[in-house]
Amino acid sequence: MSDDVLLRLAGVHTHIGRYHILHGVDLAVREGRLTMLLGRNGAGKTTTLRTVMGMWRASAGLIDFAGAPISGRATPDIARLGIAYVPESMGIFGQLTVRENLLLAAGPAGLHPGRLDGVFAIFPVLREKLHQAAGTLSGGQKQMVAISRAIVEERRLIIVDEPTKGLAPAVIGQLIAAFQALKRQRTTILMVEQNFHMAQALGDDVAVMDDGRVVHTGTMADLADDDALQTRLLGLSLASHQ
Amino acid sequence: MRRLRQDWPALALAPAVALLALPVMDLPTWIALTAAGAAMGMMLFLMAAGLTLIFGLMDVLNFAHGAFITLGAYVAASVMGALASWVGADDLARNLAALAVAVLAAAAAAGAAGLVFERGIIRRVYGAHLQQILITVGGMIVAEQLILAAWGAQPVQVGKPVTLRGSFVLAGAAVEKYRLVAVALGLLVFAAMQLTLNRTRIGLLVRAGVENREMVEALGYRIRRLFIGVFVAGTALAGIGGVMWAVYQELVTAAVGADMTILVFIVVIIGGLGSVGGCFAGAVLVGLTTNYIGFLAPKLALGSNIALMVLVLLWRPRGLLPLAR
Repeated sequence: MSDDVLLRLAGVHTHIGRYHILHGVDLAVREGRLTMLLGRNGAGKTTTLRTVMGMWRASAGLIDFAGAPISGRATPDIARLGIAYVPESMGIFGQLTVRENLLLAAGPAGLHPGRLDGVFAIFPVLREKLHQAAGTLSGGQKQMVAISRAIVEERRLIIVDEPTKGLAPAVIGQLIAAFQALKRQRTTILMVEQNFHMAQALGDDVAVMDDGRVVHTGTMADLADDDALQTRLLGLSLASHQ
Repeated sequence: MRRLRQDWPALALAPAVALLALPVMDLPTWIALTAAGAAMGMMLFLMAAGLTLIFGLMDVLNFAHGAFITLGAYVAASVMGALASWVGADDLARNLAALAVAVLAAAAAAGAAGLVFERGIIRRVYGAHLQQILITVGGMIVAEQLILAAWGAQPVQVGKPVTLRGSFVLAGAAVEKYRLVAVALGLLVFAAMQLTLNRTRIGLLVRAGVENREMVEALGYRIRRLFIGVFVAGTALAGIGGVMWAVYQELVTAAVGADMTILVFIVVIIGGLGSVGGCFAGAVLVGLTTNYIGFLAPKLALGSNIALMVLVLLWRPRGLLPLAR
């Protein structure tokens, strides 16, 4: 299992001001798989993602990406290693057009037509919205732009924080299809998700957090099959969310 | 289209004010005051454009912005003094060349001072508004004293180029020639800023950074470098504004920047913090109303800009052309 680990956190602690949020997080994200980070509200999931991206500094512990340490590095340097981040707020530049949003994510060489076609294959609606200000899109379309920014350039790892938050069920279905398409391309993804239907549909591996620690790791299939484990770890069962 | 529908009332405000002023004065007076207002607006825009960008992108309240206006004004005085033969020549090309050298020198001096100020002071107070206010107000006081030490306590004369002195007559109204130069330069700088912001990758990054700095960094861009560039460009623009104002007034004192700071902040607030287009619209509006009120009700002139700001904010609490956040 350790050979194909792309991202590894070992004993990571994070303080935000005087608050101690992460209490020694251990996590391994395997290459070519979708790792689902689950847990109750306030468990430390978003803080874990932001710590990986260097937005919060780890106060202790190690974060390795592709075998090299990245803790302590600045956010732009971490992103340039090929890590894309889709925050919970989506981070859309509302005044910019959809094309400009994608252009910023594409790097100095600009938008590659082939990659752009790949984006449109996953999110066809964006083709007609390309020259529209991103701030005028619906919530679901904004999320599509946010995810498109992550895939418009080749990335080694995509980190996504609650992509379904506040979205209508029909849009969630589209997002599931989109992430399934990315999985078929063997894209490595670390995702925080509160929608258990989506988590079950997409997750290969799972890590469950509680009180700033990872308290369970395994495969999503094993967790999905074990109602008692779900209830113990998450306080509810996946079956009740079908 | 949706944006245009939202923005057109704000864009139409300055022309509407100009049209409203027309019936209450004779045409030559209106032409003269409108030209004066437009010129003042352009000079205010030059001074304020940098401040609004610095606030919008960097979230920095720079109360020392006026010091860069003062520096530009004094550099203009020195350059125009050194190029007295060009300034005094009855030759438009030489006159404009002298002004161009003054503008370039002031932009370079103010930009360099801005670089030192950002690296030495501002970068230590990113994200802390109270400290920013305290340290930039202090910086303004120190800068004013440094300028007094360098140029002396006496007001300094600034030569206005010969062919730009005086007026020409338009429909019976006397319009100062220099005001046309100020309007032309203001429009040129506005067009250059719009082109840079809307047609270049740097501009794209600045617009994105104004909205969401953290996300720009998450896309792999080192925004701190952009901060430095914007701060230098913003202070250089203030220096250019200082040149235009100094040549217009033909006299410079160390207090010129501090005196203009209040107007500049009013322009930035009316326009919408961080908005270059709003800054332009706000500057023209302030320039026009200052001149109209100064003529129609001189006793109200002092408070008219504050009243204008209050009215605009009652109508649009985030300014004329606010940025979406």
